[in-house]
Amino acid sequence: MRVALFATCVNDAVLPRAAIATVRLLQRLGVEVDFPEQQSCCGQPQYNTGYRRQAEPLVRRMARAFDGYEYVVTPSGSCVAMVRDNYPRIGAKARAEGRGEELAAAAASLTPRVLELTEFLVDVLGVTDVGAYFPHTVTYHPSCHGLRVLGLGTRPLALLRAVEGLELVELPGAEECCGFGGTFAVKNPDVSTAMGADKIAHARSTGAEVLCGADNSCLLHLDGMLRRQSRGRGDAPLRTVHLAEILAPTEADPWSVA
Amino acid sequence: MSGRTYLGMPAFPVEAKASTKDERLRANLRHATHTIRDKRARAVGELDDWALLREAGKRIKDHTLRHLDTYLLQLEDRVTAAGGTVHWAADAAEANRIVASLVHATGETEVVKVKSMATQEIGLNEALAAEGVNAYETDLAELIVQLGDDLPSHILVPAIHRNRGEIRDIFRAQMGRWGRPAPEGLTDRPADLAEAARLHLREKFLRAKVGVSGANFMIAETGTLVVVESEGNGRMCLTLPETLISVVGIEKVLPSWQDLEVFLQLLPRSSTAERMNPYTTMWTGTTAGDGPRDFHLVLLDNGRTATLADEVGRQVLRCIRCSACLNVCPVYERAGGHAYGSPYPGPIGAVLMPQLRGTTSEVDASLPFASSLCGACYDVCPVAIDIPEVLVHLREQVAAQPGHGAERAAMKAAAWLFDHPAALAAAERAASATRAVHPRTLPLRPAKAWTDSRDLPELPAAPFRAWWKQHRTTRQEPAE
Repeated sequence: MRVALFATCVNDAVLPRAAIATVRLLQRLGVEVDFPEQQSCCGQPQYNTGYRRQAEPLVRRMARAFDGYEYVVTPSGSCVAMVRDNYPRIGAKARAEGRGEELAAAAASLTPRVLELTEFLVDVLGVTDVGAYFPHTVTYHPSCHGLRVLGLGTRPLALLRAVEGLELVELPGAEECCGFGGTFAVKNPDVSTAMGADKIAHARSTGAEVLCGADNSCLLHLDGMLRRQSRGRGDAPLRTVHLAEILAPTEADPWSVA
Repeated sequence: MSGRTYLGMPAFPVEAKASTKDERLRANLRHATHTIRDKRARAVGELDDWALLREAGKRIKDHTLRHLDTYLLQLEDRVTAAGGTVHWAADAAEANRIVASLVHATGETEVVKVKSMATQEIGLNEALAAEGVNAYETDLAELIVQLGDDLPSHILVPAIHRNRGEIRDIFRAQMGRWGRPAPEGLTDRPADLAEAARLHLREKFLRAKVGVSGANFMIAETGTLVVVESEGNGRMCLTLPETLISVVGIEKVLPSWQDLEVFLQLLPRSSTAERMNPYTTMWTGTTAGDGPRDFHLVLLDNGRTATLADEVGRQVLRCIRCSACLNVCPVYERAGGHAYGSPYPGPIGAVLMPQLRGTTSEVDASLPFASSLCGACYDVCPVAIDIPEVLVHLREQVAAQPGHGAERAAMKAAAWLFDHPAALAAAERAASATRAVHPRTLPLRPAKAWTDSRDLPELPAAPFRAWWKQHRTTRQEPAE
């Protein structure tokens, strides 16, 4: 099976480990992975900030870059939610504005083929035990778009529970937003930070070493707060790690921080 | 009384900067919203057909809104036939003028009020005060807000930002100014506070000749109005006075009596987490020897027709003011209701007020951005208003207004970069190459807004694209 990886702009430029882990995981499961280099960003920052028309070239680019692939797999629930929920809306609004069918057609051709990583693993490959090894205590934050827009449900937890050596501890208030919210984080920094502080306090209360998520943009916000908090303090170590980085390592090829 | 108004409120982030640091407010809100949130989840979870009820509620409202002209005229016809008088108010000022002149016509200088969002929306109490009429709120929480010269901060529980101790202090200090004082030695026990309110309000109920209300529903086929409340104060105001004036938004009409079966299930479970509403008062015009002799219905537009014209935004007119979205909203929980600058706070306020009032004021222009788009509000909405969808739709309107040039330019630059992969790759390589000298904090907005509370990430030695170029030829064999 040959699939295209949509790495996402955040993972490509800032947090490539999640994208690398996704490639290694999928290859280990026998999937042939391609990375169409014409891909970039799904356009969510523009769209969600109110600049819909500026997201349109990126809708076209996404449709072109991933044309012909049976599946497009991405380690980001939020970016999949952008494609699945909002690309059809962008197409419909362009049509309503008398600008033809082109964007609606681009959205319609791409949208059904784009899957979040855990959807692809559980629904398409039919696996929950991916043969991973991760001997750490982990708590899982289900980011909002994965939880509520995509309805990922128990998929991420089922995958984590099957990981060798991993101890999963429940995150109190798991379904509450972490406060990232894209440009919300800088337009409403005080509320965003207050939400993040509560999320981190919940994660710390579990005693876990690792706060796992399936959306690196949320983890970027939480990691930035964690590192600011722990400067010069002796807090118990808590680090954010993307789900793909937990599912990729094996006993023979274990996870390393570097 | 009620001197404070929402006029000239600052933008949401400015108000929230202070309120997020108010630890007593945060604790009051956390406790209250989580308690109601959990109870609602249990009450809704009891019904196997909740999803169907929700869909029915949505469809009934959509149908009614599509044929609003027909149903409003039918309602006017039935109310008139039943002895009531119908007035049409295009905006808040007209509605206030109508109510004031109706009160003046009775010769009275005071009215008792049922809790009503529509009259909060139009600032009726302040308008009546300017005309020499005292309007007394009789809902317990509205009374607390009014006595404290405060503003409501929640649709269902307007004094949610106050705890017992604060309420006792307000009662002790203020009740005597407007009527029967608080009993000597009043404690902060809920039963004692309720008794103090009961005694204070009782003399007002028995004296008042004019009652003012809103309505939760209006039935077009019969001309019946419905008020849903929990304390019985509404029943008093709706039955004891000689004159009753109801100010109701035009979107509150329902076609038939039978439609109530859906909404009288959806509303109590969503708002107070009750299976059945405690006091449901229904009246049709006037009845000789029973209740008010004079009934006036003021139908309020105040921006609703304009909202109805917006294909995406019109879904907010389905709202039945249950406030479930407030109780699950992480932004509301931390910022508090006053930051929203209107009687409709929380997610529903953030999509309603910019449509009813427009987005020219600072606070209204900031409301569509007062959300992380987490979607918890949409999940609990009993009439399935896709609040995140409307928020983004309204952001687009605000972003098109003057004053967003720098942001527009930045978004455009980012979109250009993402549409030119060669330039993007070069920018990524340059950023990674210089990562050793990147600072952890930045001085200018919006970067400063990130680094005030969060470290910037350390960029990788190379972007993913570079890793891919090196590794794409070395495919592993499939694991068997």
